[in-house]
This record gives sequence, C-alpha cells and structure tokens, in this order.
Amino acid sequence: MDFELDQDQQMLAKTVADFAKNESPVERFRKLRDDDVGYEPAAWKHMGELGWLGVPFPESVGGFGGGFIECAVVLEKLATTLVPEPYLASVVLGGLTLLRAGNDAQHGAYLAPMIEGDTTLALAYSEPQSRHDVTALETTASPDAMGYRLSGKKVWVLNGHNADHLIVSAKAPGGVTLFVVPRDAKGLTVRVAKTIDGHKAAFVELEDVIVTEDARLGEEGSGAAVLDRTLDYAAAAAVAEAVGITTTMLDMTIDYLGTREQFGAKIGSFQALQHRAVDMYAEVELLRSISMASMVRADQDDDTARRGDVSAAKYQLATGGIWVAQQSLQLHGGIGATDEHDIGLYFKRMYALNALFGDEEHHVARFANDPSFVEAST
Amino acid sequence: MNLTFTEEEEAFREEVRAWIQAAMPEEMREKANGEGHFTPEDSAEWHRILYEKGWVAPHWPKELGGTGWDAARRFIFSEEMEMAGAPQLSTFGLSMVGPLIINHGTDAQKKRFLPKILSAEEFWCQGYSEPSSGSDLASLRTTAEDAGDHFIVNGQKTWTSYAQFADWIFCLVRTDPSVKKQAGITFLLIDLKSPGVEVKPMLTLGHTPAFCDTFFDNVKVPKENVVGGINNGWTMAKALLGHERTLLAMIGPSRHTLVKLKKIAATRLVNGRPMLEDPVWRAKIARLEMRFRAHLMVSYRALAEQQKGRMPGPESSILKLVGTKLIQEITELCMEVMGENSLTWYNHNVVPAVEESIGPYFCYERAATIYGGSNEIQRNVIAKMILQLPSS
Repeated sequence: MDFELDQDQQMLAKTVADFAKNESPVERFRKLRDDDVGYEPAAWKHMGELGWLGVPFPESVGGFGGGFIECAVVLEKLATTLVPEPYLASVVLGGLTLLRAGNDAQHGAYLAPMIEGDTTLALAYSEPQSRHDVTALETTASPDAMGYRLSGKKVWVLNGHNADHLIVSAKAPGGVTLFVVPRDAKGLTVRVAKTIDGHKAAFVELEDVIVTEDARLGEEGSGAAVLDRTLDYAAAAAVAEAVGITTTMLDMTIDYLGTREQFGAKIGSFQALQHRAVDMYAEVELLRSISMASMVRADQDDDTARRGDVSAAKYQLATGGIWVAQQSLQLHGGIGATDEHDIGLYFKRMYALNALFGDEEHHVARFANDPSFVEAST
Repeated sequence: MNLTFTEEEEAFREEVRAWIQAAMPEEMREKANGEGHFTPEDSAEWHRILYEKGWVAPHWPKELGGTGWDAARRFIFSEEMEMAGAPQLSTFGLSMVGPLIINHGTDAQKKRFLPKILSAEEFWCQGYSEPSSGSDLASLRTTAEDAGDHFIVNGQKTWTSYAQFADWIFCLVRTDPSVKKQAGITFLLIDLKSPGVEVKPMLTLGHTPAFCDTFFDNVKVPKENVVGGINNGWTMAKALLGHERTLLAMIGPSRHTLVKLKKIAATRLVNGRPMLEDPVWRAKIARLEMRFRAHLMVSYRALAEQQKGRMPGPESSILKLVGTKLIQEITELCMEVMGENSLTWYNHNVVPAVEESIGPYFCYERAATIYGGSNEIQRNVIAKMILQLPSS
C-alpha cells in the first residue's frame, strides 16, 4: 500500500502548480470570465506542448502512457488558481470517452489533435429530462442513406460553445450510441449559457444533423457502458479538483484568521473559530484521502470497487467539501460575500462540481444499490 | 500510488484468519457472532491464547516478545482480529505502558515488567485524571513526596478503567509543586497491592464495570519505579498520547458494527419488507459506510507512512476526532433500526442475540468522544500544532 505519487507524477504536480501560481493566477480567470470563450487557445496549446493534455492516453494515440492518476494530479493543481482552460471537459469527458469508444482512425482524427492542444472536445450527454441517467435520452439517431440523422436537445454541454468536436449520445435502433459531430455541422445550433462558476457551457440543438457511419463510436448500443465509465472518471475528476479548491480555501481562511483583528485580537485566537477551522481541516483530509482511492479505482474494471470508491468520494465532496466551502466563506465575514474577494469564486466552483456527474443523492443511491452492499450483511 | 496489499500480505491474511477461527474457543466464537458481551476474563483468556502463539504484542520489538511483522502485517492482523469479533485485549499494558517502558524505561524495568505484561500475569490500568483535573490534566494534585529511597503518594485518581482487575497502575504524580505545573510531574508505576491503595469501581453508562476511582493514602512507592526521570512526566504523557490517538481511530469497531447494523436491518421489517431493502434506510446506512471509507483511507495513509519507516503525517491527528464521532453515529443508527428492541437492557433471549449488546454498547461509546483527550481538547491541539492558529 502506497499513497505517494511516483517521481514523474510529483514532477508533473510541481510543474502544474508552478504554472497555476505564476502564469495563471486567479486574476487571469477573473479577466476571462467576461470573454466570449472564457479561456485562451494559446494557453491550451501551451498545455499541449507541455504534454499535460496527453497524460492519460497511450503512446499509440500520441499520449504519454500515464493513467487517470496523472489526470487527477493536473486537475487538482489547476484548480488551486481556477485555471479556466477546459481540461475536465476536453481531456476527461471528451478524450477518455473517445479513447474507450473510438477506433484507430477516430483516435487519429479527433484525439491526436486535442492532445497536441490544437483542438478541444466536448461531451453532449445530458438532456433536460435525463438528470444523471445517461440512458434517459430523447435524442435519436435514425439510420439514413448517408449514415445517421441526429435530432434532439442537449443541455449544459461543458465547453460545447467552443469545442471543435462534440461527442453526442443518441438512441439508435440498437440502443444508446455515441457519435462525433463537428460543432459547425449543418443543423447543429449552439446557444451559449453562462454558469454559476464563471464558465460557459452550451445548449445544443440537433435538427436532422447528418453524420456518416465513420462518425459512430463503436457499435450501436455500446454508448451507455462507455458513458458509465466516463462519468466515473468525471466524478473522480471533480473530486480531484475539489481537493485543490478546498485545500486553497482552507489555506486562505487560516491566513485570514491569522491576520484579521477584532476585539483587539486576531480572530484566529477565538476558540469557536479555531474549532471550526479544525473541523474544516478534517473534512479536507477526508476528501483528499478518499480522492486518492477514487483516482486509483477510476481506471479499474471491477465495477463494485470502482463505483464504491468513486461514489464515496463524490459523496464526501457533496457533504464535507461543500461544508468547507460554506465555512470558508462564513469565516471571511462580509468581504467573503463580495465578488471582489476570491473566496467566493472558489465557493461557486464547488457548487458547480457538486451538481455535475451525480449529486449527493445519486451517489448515495448508487452506493446503496450495489449488490455488494447487501452481501456484506450475510 | 497503489492501494492494494501484496500477494504475500494477502496470504498472511488468510493464515491469520484461519488461525483465529481455529484458536478461538467455541463459547467465545458464539459470543463474537452474537451478543458480543466479553468479560475481562474472556479478554484475559484470549490474551493467553495469543501469548502462547507469540502474537500478543505484534508492535513490540522482536527481541522483547514482538512478532517482527512490518506495519502492513500488523495492520492486517488487527483488521482480522476485529473482523472476527475477538475480545479486545487490555491496552494499558500492551499498548501504553509497555511501549513506554520499552522506549524510556531502565533495563531493570524492562526485565521486571515486560514479560509479565506479555504473559498476562500482570494487568495494568491508567492513573491520569483526577476529580479536578480532566482536560486540564497538568493541574493534577496527587502528590509524591520524596522520602529518601521512596516516595509517599497521596491523592485520588479517577477513570482508572479496569483498576479492579489490574495489578499495577501507571500514574502522573506531582513531585515538585514549586515550578510551572507541567514541569513538576513524574511518571510513576505503582503496585495496586501496596498498603494504602483503595479501588472503588463505578459502572459506565453501558453498565460495564470499566470505570474506577483509585485512592492513595500514604502509599510507599520505590524510586526505581519512576519512568523517564523525576519531573519529566509530562514529556512521558505526551509520548503516550500520540500513540493513543491512532488507537482511537475506531476502525475495527466501526467496521464490525456496520456489519452488525446491516445484519439487523436485514432481519427487521418496514412496510412488510426487510429494512435493508428499503431505500430510505438503505441510504442512511450507505452514508455512514461511505464516511467510513474516507476515514479508512486516512488511516491507510498513516499506515503507508509507517510502512516506510516514517511518522504518520499531520492528517493522522484527525483520526480520533472523526473515528469516535463515526462510531457514535453507527451505534445510534443501530438503535434507530432496532426500534422498540432498542429498549432491551441485559436480557437473555428476549431480542435476537446480535441486537442484545447494542444498547449498552451505544451507551458505552458515548465516552469515546470524551476519553483520550476530549474531542474539544483534540481541536485545541490541532488548531495550535497543525493549523498554527494564533493563541489568545
């Protein structure tokens, strides 16, 4: 048993942390909040050159042959200054879906340029009525002389407003199926929607969008199983990000407690606030610890073990992690409730991560409904 | 990063598991699977069985009676003991004063005390708290007056758990009243058979005979019974406290009680079906189990550090805080699932055996957030030592 990152992973963590601190302080995110895209293609290209966009992909597709742990390391460190580039949307949601579902030609066409930092991806899986059920789809893929005709609506497509390619889930005759669709495809319209955390997502409408068979990822009906795995990656990714965020929020709060004076004393000397800070520390360490389990398990095929730790981690994000976000803001007092102070930016990102990829009740139910849950009592 | 045990470690687990099943006397095994009310005699019997096998003190150096196992094997061993529901051994000798004597005792003390701790010939208890010194332990008033080659001890110790079954007590006593309160304390070993010692047992909330008051009236204690030097007792106490914190992570009891909780929920009905199949009750149990997983990972991190021969990281400071709260929540949910059956109090064959012990155990564990440094004191310490918040 070993919880330490290996040397390469430690190096990666340090490089990304230095980048976040020196080249993308929170001020950069603040400026880009009002931008139409919300991030910079040049920074994305830079990440590609540094190899960060390829860490979880095998060398055969142009990646660096790492695993999901490397992805989690990058996400955690980028989160410390709210770096806005769409790593989670493009590398985790888009990239890992393509990796698992696509063939060599598709990897070459869509994954390789993303790894280089030349393009970005998005995964359009969520619909107004689907909540966290990837099979509850109304988007259809009807066979057509050319291949398929896609029609339907997708909501809150992360990075959908700017991605070069969207991976769209739809019901084909053989079941839930994934297709790669260029954002500029005929019949596809994108409406940009701002999100609570200062990012942008897309509402996508598909009206008789024609795609060829080459655009289909895997066999008809293979999409649900792939999405199930992708969403475990995504939940583990959200947790890794939340570790970076809550660690930063705790540090900021402890700094504030050590400098702010009231009643002639540093407020961090007051026991009520000290005890709150300790409980926050405990929740952050619980989150960090279960995040380590979920990032290791995310790559494993054993459903029970993977889902168990991923759900337990997302549950800790939703409970302890959100509580830390709330208390960080509370302990900053009035300034914490302004847009001027950074603490609120982290706070809002935590709520976005909480709402995505299965909320508290979803993961409680999934954990409780795993066959192993009852077996343990016999 | 690798979160699994090696093949050799898993083989060791199998060996331990098989041995426990074979070694546990039939009656003890029945208790372990059922109501789980072990008496101090059960615990002593299990202690002797482990001693015969050479497995009673895995964390001691091999040359002093330990097993020579690494941290992972010690962890697996205690996991298996807990999962089998085996009686808990008295920790005061094996895990507290024993290691302290190993690290800070004289050769004579090692020779005199350690073999009898191992063999269960002598049991120990702890004399720290006093009626007026709980969280503010350093204010203790039991005195040890210098009388040449010995001390004369006077005072009262409380929460001297299991003193009525013990042969020896390790105490913090005041040897110098003229200096700063922490500086005048000595760590002293006292024979409970000495004239002037009186032990008065007191029931816990769970009606177990754990607690005691222990009185000292002009008790003569030889100076050779000082551990770590005169007026150096506070340092000794702190060395012990760090050890206690990982002991109090409650990993074993939590895991064991979660299994019991599911067993109970599988047999009791709500709306005509087992509670374990009801989504609301299932979710309640699942929440605690997920919390347990996160807590378990914190303790695995500490274990992995020890495996590398390093001290556990600062995060291990939260283990007592989180673990004691968690075991209270688990036992409380057991009570809730049992419904009216949670009224039962030391009956026989009135409710299913697995439910019989829950009420007293639930009551007993209310002490978990208090003993070993109350959770409020833990927070004070973490705020100061780890978060380095300003002092008032």
